[in-house]
Amino acid sequence: MANAETETRQFPYLPDSDVVAVQRGPEPGGIKGAYRVFGETLRGLKTTMARMIEGPVTIQYPEEKTAVYPRFRGRHKLHRFEDTGLEKCVGCSLCAAACPADCIRVVAAENDPANRVSAGERYAAVYEINLSRCIFCGYCEIACPFDAITMGHDYEMADYNRGDLIFTKEMLLAEPLERTPLRTADE
Amino acid sequence: MLIAEVGFAEATWILVLKALVIFAAVFAIAPVLTVVERKILGRFQARYGPNRVGPFGLLQPAADALKLIGKEQFEPHGALRFLYAAGPALVIFSGVATLAILPWGDVKGGVGFYGIDVSIGVLYFFAFGGLSFYGLLLGGWASGSKYSFLGAMRSAAQLISYEISMALALLGSIMMAGSLSLTEIVHAQDEVWFVIPQFLGFLIFMVAGFAEANRAPFDLPEADAEIVAGYQTEYGGMRWGSFMLAEYLEMFVISGIAATFFLGGWRGPGPGFLDPIWMLVKILGLMFLFFWVRATLPRVRYDQLMSFGWKVLLPLATLNALVTAVLVTVL
Repeated sequence: MANAETETRQFPYLPDSDVVAVQRGPEPGGIKGAYRVFGETLRGLKTTMARMIEGPVTIQYPEEKTAVYPRFRGRHKLHRFEDTGLEKCVGCSLCAAACPADCIRVVAAENDPANRVSAGERYAAVYEINLSRCIFCGYCEIACPFDAITMGHDYEMADYNRGDLIFTKEMLLAEPLERTPLRTADE
Repeated sequence: MLIAEVGFAEATWILVLKALVIFAAVFAIAPVLTVVERKILGRFQARYGPNRVGPFGLLQPAADALKLIGKEQFEPHGALRFLYAAGPALVIFSGVATLAILPWGDVKGGVGFYGIDVSIGVLYFFAFGGLSFYGLLLGGWASGSKYSFLGAMRSAAQLISYEISMALALLGSIMMAGSLSLTEIVHAQDEVWFVIPQFLGFLIFMVAGFAEANRAPFDLPEADAEIVAGYQTEYGGMRWGSFMLAEYLEMFVISGIAATFFLGGWRGPGPGFLDPIWMLVKILGLMFLFFWVRATLPRVRYDQLMSFGWKVLLPLATLNALVTAVLVTVL
């Protein structure tokens, strides 16, 4: 965007008010340089000593754990109604449909009225989440019309076999170990 | 007389006993220093450092030594077998030999608490310091690897550049004490530690000492970013461990020499039996400075190392020696 003022400027371009001189450091070397280096060295030593006095910021992981936020998306949980103890999941497979990683498998079955498993007409006879595929996006939680599946706070899921990472309905319904501390409101 | 006269009045068994005590004490301290350095370095970087093996990670050197001893003693295809093995041995030999002249206490009843008090004094330290570079040079050259070779050449160049400044820095203290004997030099600091009149000498000695011990910011012979590990590249197992141990010994000795020449050696408040403790405290304090500087300064460039050594340190050291000489003569 050249305006008239800059267009009229001729070569050689003389220093103008809008020209900013480049800031250059002092010339290196020599006794003066050594003196400057000595001062800067002392400044550096002060900086590192200050870090030492502040103390380590490391979290000793297996013993200490970082608290997670309430909205942290960890391992899934399946829920029951607190009063009746019936499963909230009705086996509608909407979570499986929403899952971008295709890691949820639901096989629905009709409820026996004498011995109900879930509150709805049907229930999930098989409900498996393959956690080695899961990307913890939380779409299943959003898709669920009954809040039957939510993302928990557990993130320590390492195991020795891939097969052990396929969590069945019983495992997802069980009270999670809650090995993860939760952040308090002021954190 | 072929051998120096000062310390050799002692009986042989006393000399052997002293050698064993000093050797055992320093070799008990050196491995602890490795873990202490790593812990201090960690603190400087706002982390803990090793704390898993044993209480506070203090058994870490034992685990390290066990690992190093258990490793294979391999040799590269192009290595010169004898010299390749001789390199670490030479380095550790010269490191241990220099320990002998550090005075840990006053002469009592004709027995001094030092390995030997040679009449050439500090020249002995420089002789063995020079010899230790032969170890690096031979080890690096005999490895038959270009990185080792480059590291070895760098260590040779660094030795030439910094040993002169180091010696000239000590010259001021020697002139003020009027003796080369380390015990005499400590006695000359009855009134005031030489760090006050010889402050510039102390600074020059410490800076040159960093270069001499191959420590940051002058650890160019083993600059891992450019030449892998320099002369250590082809070494493994306990041979590499010898290089590391020798580096700590060298740091220990340089700190000891600095403590003797500038910080009053074993002098300190308290009864006489505390003398070795005071010496150790001063040495460890100076070693903390080594660790502190390592945590602070980045490695200098090679030309910076050379120009700093020749254009700054050497003139300053010469000036210091000259001014001291004039003042000692006049006063």
